[in-house]
Amino acid sequence: MFPASFDYVKATSVPDAVSILSSVEDSKLLAGGHSLLPLMKLRLASPSMLVDIGSLSELSYIEDKGDYVAVGALTRHHDVQNSRLLKSEVPILPYVASQVGDPSVRHRGTIGGSISHGDGASDLPAAVLALDAKFVAVGPKGERVIPASQFFVGFLETVLDLDEVLTEIRVPKFSGGWSYQKFNRRAQDWAIVGVAAVSNGSTKVSLVNMGSTPLRAVGTEAALADGASIEEASSKASDGIDPPSDLNASSAYRRHLAEVLVRRALVEALR
Amino acid sequence: MTVVESGSSKRVTGTRMLRREDPALLTGEAKFIDDIVQTDALYMVLLRSPMAHARIISVDSSAAKRMPGVVAVFSGSDLRGEWLAPMPCAWPVTVDMKNPPHYPVAADVVNYVGDAVAVVLASDKIAAVDALAAIDVNYEPLPVVSNLEDALADKNLVHPALGTNTSYVWNLEPDKAKVDSAFASAEHVVRSRFVQQRLIPSAMETRGVLAVPHPYGGEYTLFSSTQIPHILKTMLSLTVGISEAKLRVIAPSVGGGFGSKLNVYSEEVLALTLARKLHKPIRWTEERSENSLATIHGRGQIQDVELAADADGKIMAVRVNLVADMGGYLQLLTPGVPLLGGFLYHGLYDVPAYSFTCTGVFTNKTPTDAYRGAGRPEATFAIERSMDALAKRVGVDPAEIRRRNFIAPEKFPYSSAPGLVFDSGNYLPNLEMALEKIGYKEIRAEQERRRAEGSRKHLGVGLSCYVEMCGLAPSKVLGSLSYSAGGWESATVRILPTCKVQVVTGTSPHGQGHETSWSMIVADRLGINTADIEVLHSDTAIAPYGLDTYGSRSLAVGGSAVYLATEKVLEKAKLIAAHALEVSPEDLDYQDGEFKVKGSAGKSYALSSAALEAFTAHDLPEGVEPNLEATVTWDPPNFTFPFGTHIAVVEVDEETGQTDLLRYLSIDDVGNQINPMIVDGQIEGGIAQGVAQALFEEAVYDESCNLLDSTFIEYLMPSAAEFPSFELGNTVTPSPTNPLGVKGVGEAGCIASPPAVINAVVDALAEFGIEHIDMPASPEKVWSAIELARLSGTRVD
Repeated sequence: MFPASFDYVKATSVPDAVSILSSVEDSKLLAGGHSLLPLMKLRLASPSMLVDIGSLSELSYIEDKGDYVAVGALTRHHDVQNSRLLKSEVPILPYVASQVGDPSVRHRGTIGGSISHGDGASDLPAAVLALDAKFVAVGPKGERVIPASQFFVGFLETVLDLDEVLTEIRVPKFSGGWSYQKFNRRAQDWAIVGVAAVSNGSTKVSLVNMGSTPLRAVGTEAALADGASIEEASSKASDGIDPPSDLNASSAYRRHLAEVLVRRALVEALR
Repeated sequence: MTVVESGSSKRVTGTRMLRREDPALLTGEAKFIDDIVQTDALYMVLLRSPMAHARIISVDSSAAKRMPGVVAVFSGSDLRGEWLAPMPCAWPVTVDMKNPPHYPVAADVVNYVGDAVAVVLASDKIAAVDALAAIDVNYEPLPVVSNLEDALADKNLVHPALGTNTSYVWNLEPDKAKVDSAFASAEHVVRSRFVQQRLIPSAMETRGVLAVPHPYGGEYTLFSSTQIPHILKTMLSLTVGISEAKLRVIAPSVGGGFGSKLNVYSEEVLALTLARKLHKPIRWTEERSENSLATIHGRGQIQDVELAADADGKIMAVRVNLVADMGGYLQLLTPGVPLLGGFLYHGLYDVPAYSFTCTGVFTNKTPTDAYRGAGRPEATFAIERSMDALAKRVGVDPAEIRRRNFIAPEKFPYSSAPGLVFDSGNYLPNLEMALEKIGYKEIRAEQERRRAEGSRKHLGVGLSCYVEMCGLAPSKVLGSLSYSAGGWESATVRILPTCKVQVVTGTSPHGQGHETSWSMIVADRLGINTADIEVLHSDTAIAPYGLDTYGSRSLAVGGSAVYLATEKVLEKAKLIAAHALEVSPEDLDYQDGEFKVKGSAGKSYALSSAALEAFTAHDLPEGVEPNLEATVTWDPPNFTFPFGTHIAVVEVDEETGQTDLLRYLSIDDVGNQINPMIVDGQIEGGIAQGVAQALFEEAVYDESCNLLDSTFIEYLMPSAAEFPSFELGNTVTPSPTNPLGVKGVGEAGCIASPPAVINAVVDALAEFGIEHIDMPASPEKVWSAIELARLSGTRVD
């Protein structure tokens, strides 16, 4: 478990990080390191240079912006988990953050790192997808705002360009019910299947580890919009979805779990 | 509870004394192998085969040799001339056992994924790792043998030169006619097939070795993260061809082993060989995912078990047919491990007729060997699962079927049908205590209530009554089982001139707390403080004789040797005291560091005076040599037989198949206890390890024999978060086998717990008509079984 050799540089600012990423081939951003470093140790990733933004304290904040809460990309899971502002305005997010990994992961790992890693098996990407969050990214051409629904495009792949830095996550406030159902074997594991449900006028449901990206349970959402019962809507949890098979679960078992967990999530979110 | 015949009025044995080992361990002061500084050492890494079975056509290491920092690269064929003998297997269980030659680096054919094909030595570890990628090996794939049925069929052969995949067939059938007639006349016959999945031992510290040559003196020091420095020294000498007198083996602080470090490994042989070849210190540290491939695996059996019973459920005979997975080669004790359970498939039940057969077969997988419990967890699982099946057949509660079959207390020492003599036992009170403490009736009532209301969260309760044989072992018995070593243990007790005490033990602790427990034994006997006693171990230059730590033997055998050596040194001190006091030794009593003349108040002689006198030797009695030291090598007359009852309470979620372990209670009888805190720690860890087998862990291979879960992401070793707090209790039935009356506790928890959990899961699923779930009982497996039951309509409503 030793990574291939690489160069390391500490970015002094976001523009500095962007400029290094633009100029150094195969350079890669390092935040909390809890997704990237294991991949490097397994030699599944071999960047030529790590651009460390871990000490850019200006990217760590949680601020009230009226109808949304702005979360700096470098905010640690632990801080998300314990934010009073988020607990009152977007309560699902602190709860989901509390379900990530174990305490040491939550003290180092960052919300921006988790989201830009784009792992379909991670908790936070699915949560921000169900929340219809927006992401602010800064690149050589300036800043752009990307809706969560357009952000995740493939296995560990997002719309971020290689020289773009995710700087902020904007999560809309909501006052309705919510639920996060995480099914796993060990406390620190990724979900075998997870379900995030947010009820705020309409009901949005997203799925963890049911595909290469976090997914919206579109069948369930459409059924609910048409006035279907919870039982009926949850039976459509994996409509159009072909979940993976692995040592923890076959594809068929994942479909079944999605149905059970969506039902439980809806019961909790809509009670 | 009397533990040690006491020379102390302030007894410490039997108290929960904190472990003297822990401050150094907890502060990082303890030195593990990677903490040993050796600035001129070369780092060794091994290129491991990605193929399970293949002929090595060529190994091109020319590019790797040119890489910066690389000192040497050797293939298996480069090293052909280096070995005196192949890697040792010390347990030829039958005279015709097939044992293919096994060398540290494969030269011709690789036999499992992880088999070493080349070795790199470099000035730093990263350079060595980088060089691995530059070695080009050309393999010609061979057909793999991936499971035990295929292995038995001999269609493809792991070792074609042997002509078969079967290494051995071992029988234990004292009276075949009796077994046959029992089955012929039985009212109930219960037949089961159980699978003992392969497990990956996961000690907190992976393995590591540092071989240091002393080229001008011709000596070698080998540090290894091993359980067996003494056995390792002898075996390395025989394998590498270095004089045993010139080889010193040291096990520094060792972070756990669970049997996986009870072995002689390629890397140990290789490091020593290359230290000799290059005249340089060589060090190797195993990586975690490498540990999954290159350290032995545990279990790996298919068990066909049959019970014959009369109408009341009284067992008349047990018949077992085992197929055991050896893996690609025989490691140190590979073939014998299943046989350690072979005497115990009747559990703690009075069974008159017994038949056991084990067929050991090769597969293209990592070799198996001893893993905590070694054969006995497998036997306990088989009998305890079968007992539940028998209870169902007879129509009685699982507790009742056990009551009906226990060996009665008056039958001890009990001669078992397979030929053991159980030292002591009193099983019924132990079971009743467990049932009472868990609230068995109340749990059954709650279970009924849930069933009546159609709950989807099913409650299950599972019993496991176990007995095991440990305290390895009488040397004669080991000899009769073709084991290549004895089972004695050595101890020296040395009272220094200032009356401080050194205890030298041949055991080799790697987490068990021997320094604490041995000092407690000596402190009580000598009536001095534990603080005045040091325990030395795990260095063959300091403790030249020993048979190390495994098989729950250390206290029963090594602790007893320490006790007897203390007695012996005290006898010598008494001669000196008697001489000084001008009385006969028989007239002296000893307590709290002083010899006193019986009945004559005030006339006394301190142990410290004897210690000084033994050193100055100015006025020793006739025939008494200077110095106060005694050595005892003790060979136990029998095994010890701990027992107990474990009860698991689970809740199974019908919708997801998830099993939650709600409660876990154990009442263990390990005889007398020296330090109950250490005993509890062993039981707790053992339970966790056994529950891990029942619910979580399995080395999963695909059809090409690739290990699919070589990291802790996939291999589900549980953590404390997955367990409830265990409820522990004891009964105490001293063993008559040793002077301490102790039995051994290192493996008990993990021997007892897997069937308790699976019995509970199956009990929870009773209304679906489900009779068995293979380990590990993963949610998907349970869910699938429920789905199948629904489809086939076996649900009992």
